[in-house]
Formats: sequence, structure tokens, C-alpha cells
Amino acid sequence: MAIRIEITPTVEDARARMRKRQIEGMGFDGKIQGVQLVDVYTVDAPLKKDELARVGSMLADNLTESASVGTPQAPEKFDWAIEVGFHPGVTDNVATTAREGLEDLLQTKLPSDKGVYSSQVTFLQGDLSQADAEKIASTMANPLIQRTAIKSFDVFRRDHGMGVVVPQVRLGLEPSIDTIDLLHADDAALTLIGKKGIANADGSRRGPLALDLIYMKTIQAHFQKLGRNSTDAELETIAQTWSEHCKHTIFADPLDDITEGLFKRYIRGATEQIRRTKGTKDFCVSVFKDNSGAIAFDDQRLVTDKVETHNSPSALDPFGGAITGIVGVNRDTIGFGLGARPVINRYAFCFADPNDIDPIYKGEGLTQQMLPPRRIMDGVIQGVNVGGNCSGIPTHPGALFFDPRYKGKPLVFVGTVGIIPRETAGRLSHEKQARPGDYIVMIGGRVGKDGIHGATFSSEAMDAGSPATAVQIGDPITQKKLSDALIDEARDLELYTSLTDNGAGGLSCSVAEMAKESGGCHVDLEKVPVKYHGLAPWEIWISESQERMTLSVPPENWGRLQELLQRRGVEATVIGEFTNSGKCVVDYKGTTVIDLEMEFLHNGLPQRPMQSTYKRVVHEEPNLPDLEELTQTFHQMLGRLNIASFAFIAQQYDHEVQGGSVIKPLQGRGRVNGDATVTRPVLDSQKGVVVSQAMNPSYSDIDTYHMAASAIDTAIRNAVAVGADLEHLALLDNFCWCSPEDPERLGQLKEAARACHDYAIAFGTPWISGKDSMHNDFKGFDKDGKPVKISVPPTLLVSSLGVMDNAQNAVSLDAKIEGDLIYVLGQTYQELGGSEYYAMIGEQERGKGYVGHAVPQVDAHRNKTLYTALTDCIKEGLVASAQSVHRGGLAVALAKTAIGGKLGMEIDLEQLPSQVSRDDFALFSESQGRLVVTVAPEYKTRFEQRMQGNAFAAIGKVTGDDVFRIRGITGKTIIDANLKTMEHAYTETFRGY
Amino acid sequence: MTTPKALVLTGYGINCSRETQFAFTQAGAEADVVHINDLIEGRRRLEDYQILTFPGGFSFGDDTGSGNGLANRIRNNIWDQVAEFVEKDHLVLGVCNGFQALVRLGILPAINKNYGTQQVSLLHNEGARYLDRWVDLKCSQKSPWLKGIDRISLPIAHGEGKLYALPEVVQQMQHRDLVAARYVPGTMCTYQHLPANPNGSLDDIAALTDESGRILGMMPHPERAIAFTHLPNWSLIKEILKRKAGVEEIPQEGLGLQVFKNGVNYFK
Repeated sequence: MAIRIEITPTVEDARARMRKRQIEGMGFDGKIQGVQLVDVYTVDAPLKKDELARVGSMLADNLTESASVGTPQAPEKFDWAIEVGFHPGVTDNVATTAREGLEDLLQTKLPSDKGVYSSQVTFLQGDLSQADAEKIASTMANPLIQRTAIKSFDVFRRDHGMGVVVPQVRLGLEPSIDTIDLLHADDAALTLIGKKGIANADGSRRGPLALDLIYMKTIQAHFQKLGRNSTDAELETIAQTWSEHCKHTIFADPLDDITEGLFKRYIRGATEQIRRTKGTKDFCVSVFKDNSGAIAFDDQRLVTDKVETHNSPSALDPFGGAITGIVGVNRDTIGFGLGARPVINRYAFCFADPNDIDPIYKGEGLTQQMLPPRRIMDGVIQGVNVGGNCSGIPTHPGALFFDPRYKGKPLVFVGTVGIIPRETAGRLSHEKQARPGDYIVMIGGRVGKDGIHGATFSSEAMDAGSPATAVQIGDPITQKKLSDALIDEARDLELYTSLTDNGAGGLSCSVAEMAKESGGCHVDLEKVPVKYHGLAPWEIWISESQERMTLSVPPENWGRLQELLQRRGVEATVIGEFTNSGKCVVDYKGTTVIDLEMEFLHNGLPQRPMQSTYKRVVHEEPNLPDLEELTQTFHQMLGRLNIASFAFIAQQYDHEVQGGSVIKPLQGRGRVNGDATVTRPVLDSQKGVVVSQAMNPSYSDIDTYHMAASAIDTAIRNAVAVGADLEHLALLDNFCWCSPEDPERLGQLKEAARACHDYAIAFGTPWISGKDSMHNDFKGFDKDGKPVKISVPPTLLVSSLGVMDNAQNAVSLDAKIEGDLIYVLGQTYQELGGSEYYAMIGEQERGKGYVGHAVPQVDAHRNKTLYTALTDCIKEGLVASAQSVHRGGLAVALAKTAIGGKLGMEIDLEQLPSQVSRDDFALFSESQGRLVVTVAPEYKTRFEQRMQGNAFAAIGKVTGDDVFRIRGITGKTIIDANLKTMEHAYTETFRGY
Repeated sequence: MTTPKALVLTGYGINCSRETQFAFTQAGAEADVVHINDLIEGRRRLEDYQILTFPGGFSFGDDTGSGNGLANRIRNNIWDQVAEFVEKDHLVLGVCNGFQALVRLGILPAINKNYGTQQVSLLHNEGARYLDRWVDLKCSQKSPWLKGIDRISLPIAHGEGKLYALPEVVQQMQHRDLVAARYVPGTMCTYQHLPANPNGSLDDIAALTDESGRILGMMPHPERAIAFTHLPNWSLIKEILKRKAGVEEIPQEGLGLQVFKNGVNYFK
């Protein structure tokens, strides 16, 4: 008999106060008199009364909370009670901790079908209708993962509380192994299976396989050759392995005349050429073949990096999607080589305007409403907060970009930098080799239904049929235990020969991937630990339940590894053996459910040659009024979503854990968001790791080649500004595209990829890792029920990873000292196409941003010369501050420098190296290759000597007061501002977030 | 002169063990990171150490209350040895999540040497959100850990650091000088224009000690302030120093290291 243990605060509760404020913000201002929260643990276990009392006492802070067993707690006065708990099978981290504590306290082990479940009751006092209560409840829970119960005061009294709910997973009887009739299926049947999935007995479908007809026919032909039908597990495995998410077919298959595909020609091709050119100075060590890319850090160590996206899950459950994303990409570090230690998390988010409240729907007839942009934004930010903070990994520079076209799917980029010794116990740490006879060992979490079809789901546009089981919630503590045990202990004991992450596709991908190293595998699926009984074999095999790694373990080491992991509270199970049979064989309770040739599984997918077109849309340059006074415009720019301070994110992410912080995400007196950070990941070394990122999705509306070039140049420039050296700087690409079936979109992609090739080579900065997400489309209905398709603007996030010899040379963005000279480096052109300025003026004038035509173009050779000169100046200590000029142009870069230092500026643009005809263009053009730096007067001569040959000019001085004044290209004062109003404009946009 | 041995606890989401170990090593101690399960199983023994450290982190994910999971694990398994350790002439340091655990275990403030009974709580921050920033502290001289440190700036990073206690407990703590450090306006608050008290903590309390002074629990992280480049304003200070005649080198150490040096010097 389950019982509720309820924990009630007896002192003022800050969480309740925040909840009240949130509810008031939803239009209930003045209507809420009181909010009280009660934490509930529903214990479904045969415990005695005194045992339950002890558990209650253990769960409460007995000074500030009271625990009650079985007796409903409620404030004396309330009008509504809203309880939120998880659906069956959803990861419930609080409950897991409570269960562990209970078992530890009572020195007992609960049976696997017994457990603890957490929920929370919010008691509201106020003049609220049932509809009001329902509206409030809907913002507190996500129906995909959570249940809500709402009771009025009277009903609560009548029912004696909220009632006991045990969200235990109860599945049907022993699942069967189905065979799919592929041998006789016609094209229509094959198409249906590929799109909607395998049919269940009741006619329903199991969810998308994302296999198109060409693939289905290839599979059919393969089984015809074998003379048998496919099992469900086989078809699901092939679907996972061949998914766009795993195989990246759009980058791999022939496109137009590029027979080797975009990746080989443009991305890997660039890296190969750079490495050849660099010769002995090549710093790449492991690129494009492991879970992360790795470059040299010092003689002893490598530094790794990987950036992932988790877009589709974040659209459905922003918190779960984002936490799963960040904790998942940590495993790309842990799973690099023999295991790297995560040392920095990074993020970039693309959202729609959080003030947009017009609903959109997945289903017809105004059904399946999508979460509004603000909730997506809040949830994603919170997900990375919990994932990063709990894991003890500093979360560093971020980037935000807002555009209405991220309303259907947000983009959630999450990355992790790692450190690994070059050698462990005499082995090269970046190499691994599962050997025939090694045990296949799964460690970490257990397998449930969560995340099923995640890989195939993200390989499709989101629509009404998108599966809810693809949503899951990360569990950072389970992973932390696993990570510590592997990286701090097992790795250096040489207990395993290879490892990889269980991510997309679950075991089906990780085991099959590692089986390539040995030449085959044999798995007994019934050995896989499951969260609950009743999972079908195919589900166990492809489930994406989180916090798991797969290891290959020589049998003679298994005992030691098992014992070590057990002592660290990490579950580890032998589930099979690597072989050299050339086959992937999977049994379930003695019946073979998969018997596939490795060759077919990995290389059997046919190429799908694609054709592209690219007709660049020409947007007229807008005809804007030429204002003489730009102070107000300048302030409006500072408050734009794409420019304003997001200090509220940086300060809720622990960026100092691990003790290596040098240049922090918030810099200077004014705590301005920096574009790059510097970290010393090895505490007894002064070597620094520089990370930065950049994206310019709005430029895609004009030309994706220049969009990509700008993103590359900006990412590099951002890194150089803090002290990175082009000689030791690598790049990562993350393409988030849309509608890949559209030749135009492919044409845009091809041009962006070509820019990646050209500019990486020109800068000598190799690509070391990347990921693409091609289906960022939403197909649904607008607020009037009319069909809409919302596709993200083609987005390329470029991340940089650099190593600097002495982190003490790093430079922050804030102006330092009164009297310092302000320089602009680089040439300003009339390049406002896709700019924030055009977007803003368009929105003001016609309710929709202007695009324009003159998109910024990058002269890499010229910029490289400039950046190299700047790096020399930074190494010599000549530069007091440096800020890259990007979104919002020169005016914004100057403002950030001034706000950062809380120092005024007197600027004169008459000497600005530029080819602009107007003051507003000089201020807000987004020409690339530019920086604002401040220099002490005594270094003037040396600095200017070093910069000789580059476009640069001293344009003003740092002043000691709070006046910020800019005279324009003809000498007239165009901005007359003060720091207070500027800071207000810069920080006001996200106040209260 | 003896080199003290410091045990730096780890496991279950304790995240700051490595940098804490490094800080102790820099300060001259011999420091081992020890998994709590190894103490429970008797593979490692507390009696081999003179300093016990509960580092920061997110033990048990802060679920069921920050520090509660770890405190329960200790209470349910190794309370006797921990209690014995703290009553001897040893030093104990709890930082952030470690402080939260010490408070839950009743090791701090332990008024009347009543070790084992929780007397204060650390609640959700006033802003109800995790916060990473720097704070300024004014320290009392009761604890040897803070010897010679009057004012110091350190970073915090926590979601539950608001100290709560009944008025009589507060009075007792004040009376017995158990408030080891308070949030005060200082250089960092001025530098970044921040309120002194970051979390609404009662009486601006940032750190507590016990009546012996040997046990210190603090929300701020001294191990994140042991290098000059840890300071948020180091690059400004560097510029100022560079322009002063006669200054050749920039400093290397941060003030936080003194806390660990004090710990080591206690045994000298």
C-alpha cells in the first residue's frame, strides 16, 4: 500500500515567493494572496510505521520543514491545490535520491517493482476560477512528461487530500518478436513502414523509421537475398544506423558534381589540406573519427571538443531536452578515446521572440498546442543550468540569437571541451580497439522506453505524429558517478580496451559501432538491466535511455572492473561479447532477434545523389531616413534581443567550478557578456584554453556563403580578441538546416559548406569535429488553424577551440583606464545586409525587419594579417582591452567596451577607416574583420608600429566621466549619451528573466 | 614541522575535490581525494588524516535538500568516526555543498558542542535561483582557518545559501563568536556594483565555525580564488600595476590560498 510523505515548509519559502511572482506575471497581478509548496514523496514499499516516520524525518530539514506520513498537509486557507508529478517511466531524479537514502537509512533493498515517486503540490490562495487554476497548472507542468491534478478547497477537504498516485510503469505481457513481411511488400507498403513505422497487432504504428523508399527497397532486396523476412529488431536497427542523425547522409551523399559529398570535399578536405600545409606545426591529433575532435594541448595532453544540438526534444520538453543535450554531449567527452575529462561546457541558443504569445499547433483543429517561445527559452536555460551545474563542469560563453523562425523548433547547441593525457599506462589515449573475445559491458543507467526513436525522430520534420517517447530527462548524478569512476580510476588501470557513448540509437548504435573495431558482436539482450519489465527486445536494443556507456572489457579484467564500479555505485553488466564473425548477432532469451552482416549494416545503405539549385533572392536595400541624431537609435540597438545583456544566464551557470577560470563569461565592472572565455584546465599549468562561438543566421537570407564566412571570421576574431593564437586554433561546425528535400535549401547548404572549406584554409584553422541537424522544420497550424510550415533560417554555429601558452596574457573586453586610446582595427564598409540595424528599422517602420542586400563579406587574407598583428601586440602586453565588432556594429562594440569598464568615451569617426556615406552606416554596419581595442598612451608608438600595413585608426579616448559621445564622419555629434542610460538599455531587456 | 594530511571527500556528485586537493597541495599539505564509499567500507581510514574536507558540488543532485543526501549517507554509515574526528584536535573544512552537509549533520555550529544536532539551515537563495558571483567577506578571528584574514573577496556559486536560524540560536552564535564571516560591501561589490548579501542570508552570515574554531563551513569557495587570474578584475589590476613604475611582475597568488595555508600552519 503506497503512502504519501509530505514535506511542508514551516518558514518563509523563497521558491513559493518566486512561484507567486511568476503566476502574478501571467495576468493575475493582485489576485494571489498566498502560495505554499508542499513536496511529496509517494512511497510504494512495505514499510512499517516507524520506518516511514524515520524516512519522513530524513527527507525533511527538521528545522524549517515538517514531515507528515499519510496525513495530507495544507495551509489553513487556500482556494486551489495543484499537484504536479511525473508520468510513469519518466526519469525522476529526486525520487531516485530519496529511494537511495531510504535504502541506506533502513539498510534494505527495495524490490525493483517497488519505489518512491516525487511530486509537488502548490496551494494557491486567491480569487481564481477553475479556468484560472487550470491555466496556472498548464504553465507548471508539461503534459508530455507530467501529470497534474487540480482540486478546489472543498474537493480537497472532501477527498481528504490529493490522493495517492503511483506512477509505476505497467506494460503488457511478455512482448513478442515480430517479423515484418518485407519479401512481399509493395512500394506503398514499404513507404508506409518507412514513414510511420512497423505496424502493431492493433494496427497502430510504432513510430517513424525515417527510411525512404530507396532505403526500404535496398533492405527488401537484402532480405530477399537471404530468403527470409526481417525481424522488427533488425529493421529498427537498420533504421537507427542509417538515420540521417547517425549517418549524415546529406553531407555524405553525392550532391551535384561533388561525388564524394560535402563533408569529404569541403570539411574534411579543408582539414586535410591545412594539416599538410602546417606540416610539423600540425596540432590536430584525432579529427572526425571519435566522439569528439582532439588537438594538442601540451606535451602531455590533448584537448577535445564537441558541439551537439538537441533541437527537436527541446521543442517538446525544453527542460528535459536541454538537460539531456548537455549531459549527453558530456559523454562525447567521456567517450573520446579511452575517456577524456569534461572541463568546459558551452552553449548557444536560438529562440523566437519570448514576447510572442500567438499560439501554434501541431494538430488540426487547434489541438496539440506547442509551447510558447518564452517557456521554451526558460526551460532550455534551466535545463543547461541543472545539467551543467550538477555535473561540476563550468559552463562558459554562450550565444543567443532570436528570429521568429525559431518558433517551431528552437536550436539548442551544447558542447563540451575535455582534457585527456596523451598516454595512459603506455597506450595512446586517443586510440581504442575492442578485440574479439572482449566482453560487451553496459554501464550507468538502466534501459526504459525513454528516447525510443529519438534518432529517427530528429531525422524528420516535427508534425502531429512526432512521438512523445522521444522526450527524456537527463540524470546528471548517475552520469557523474559513472564519469568519475571511469576517468579518475578505471581508465588509468587499463581495465577496458574501448568505450563509447550510448546516445542516439542506444545500444544498437554503440555496440554496432564498437563492433567495427573487432569485426562483430554477439549480444544477449535479456541481460540488459531494465527499468521495468515488458520491454520488447527491439525496444531494449534501440532505447536511448540516458547516462549509459558501452565498454569492451577483456574477460580477465571484468572482475576488477565490476568490483570497482560496484564500489562507486555504478551498475555494470556484461551483455555479450565482441567477435570477429563479421556479424551483428543479438539474441533474446535464446531466440535470435538480429542476425545482420556488419558490412550491410554499416555500408549497405545506397547513396542518394542529390541535385541542388541556388537562386539568390535579391532584397532591395531599404531607403532609410538619414538621421542626424542617433542617440535614441543607439539605445534601442543596445536593448535588442540579439544584443542585450544576458548576464542572467551567465550568472546562473557555475563558470568557476574546477578552478580554472581566467577570462569569465561576464567581464568588467559592467559585467558584459564576453564573446570568448579563457580557462586553465590544468591547474599547475599557465596554458589556457580559449573557446568562442559565432553565428549569423540572418545573413542566410542574402547569401549562405557569406553567412558561413562571417560566422567563421567572427568565431576566430572573438577568440583572437581574448588572446588566442591563429597558429593554434581549431574550429567546429554545427549546421542546423531545414527542408533538405528542397534543392534550394541544398544549394544554400552547398554554398555554406564551400565557405567552410575556403575560409578554414585561408585562416589555417582546421575543422576538428562537427554535427549537422537537417530537419529543423515545423509543420502545423497557426493561431487560426491554418496550415503553416516554419523552417529555421539556415544556421551555422561555428565554435572555436584554441590554446594559448600563457593565460596571463589574456585580455578582457572592458576599457581599463582613463586616458587610454581607442582604436578601431579593420575597414568599415557599407555592409548592412542582414544587419540588426536593418532588422530594427524595418520592424519600426513596417512591422517586419528589412533584409537589404549588401551582406558583409570576409577578406580572410587581410583579416589574418590583422589578427596575427593583434596577437603579437597582446603577447607583448600592449592591449588593455579588446572587443570584436559583430552584431550591431561599431557602436555596440564601443558601448560594450565602455559599459564593461564603466568609463566614458570621446569618439571621433572622421578618421575611421571606412567607405561609408552615412553616420548610421558607420555605426551599425556589420563589416567583418574589425575590433575595438584600447591601448595605454605610452604604448601608442609600439602598437601602431606592430599594426603597420593594416587598416586601423585611433578614434578616441577613454574618459573618466560617464559621458559617451561620438562625432560622426563629418564631425557632427551623432551620439551624446551617458553610461547610465546605456547600461539601462543594455540590461533592461531581460530584466526579470 | 609536520606536513598535515588532508582528506578531500568525493563521490555522488561532490564536484570540487580536485581543485580543493590542488589548493591544499599548493599550501603545503599532503592531500588525498577519498571516495566516501571507501571510508564506509574501511578501505581508507579517517584516523590517518588531520584535516577533513567536504568540498563543494551537488552531492546527490541537491535532491531532497542540498547537502541532505550526503549528510544522510554519512549519518547512516560513518557517523561515529566522523564525530570522533571532529572532536579531536583536527581541522574540518566544508565549502558550499560541504558546508550544507556539515549544517545538516549538526557539525556546525554545534552550540554547546552539541555535535550531531542540526541547529541552523541553509535555504533557497532569496532570488530562488542558482547564482555565481563574487562576494566580499569580513572575517572573525576565531577560526584558525581564517587567521590573519580580515577581509577577503571570494566567489560563490550556489542555489541554497540563505542561512536561517531561530533568534536564540543567532544570539548564541553571535555571543560565542561562531559567525566566521559575513557578507559586507567591499571591493568586489563596488567593482561590479552588486549588493553585499547575495542570497538573503540572516545577519549576512557567509560562514560559521564551531566553538573550538577548528571547524569552518563557508558558502564562498576559497579554492576558486588561489590564483591571481581567478579574480574577476585581475586584468584591470594588471593594467594598473603595469603602469606603475618599478612593478615588473604581476602577482601569482590569490587570497583564497591563505585559508589553506592557515590550515597547514595550524599543525606546524
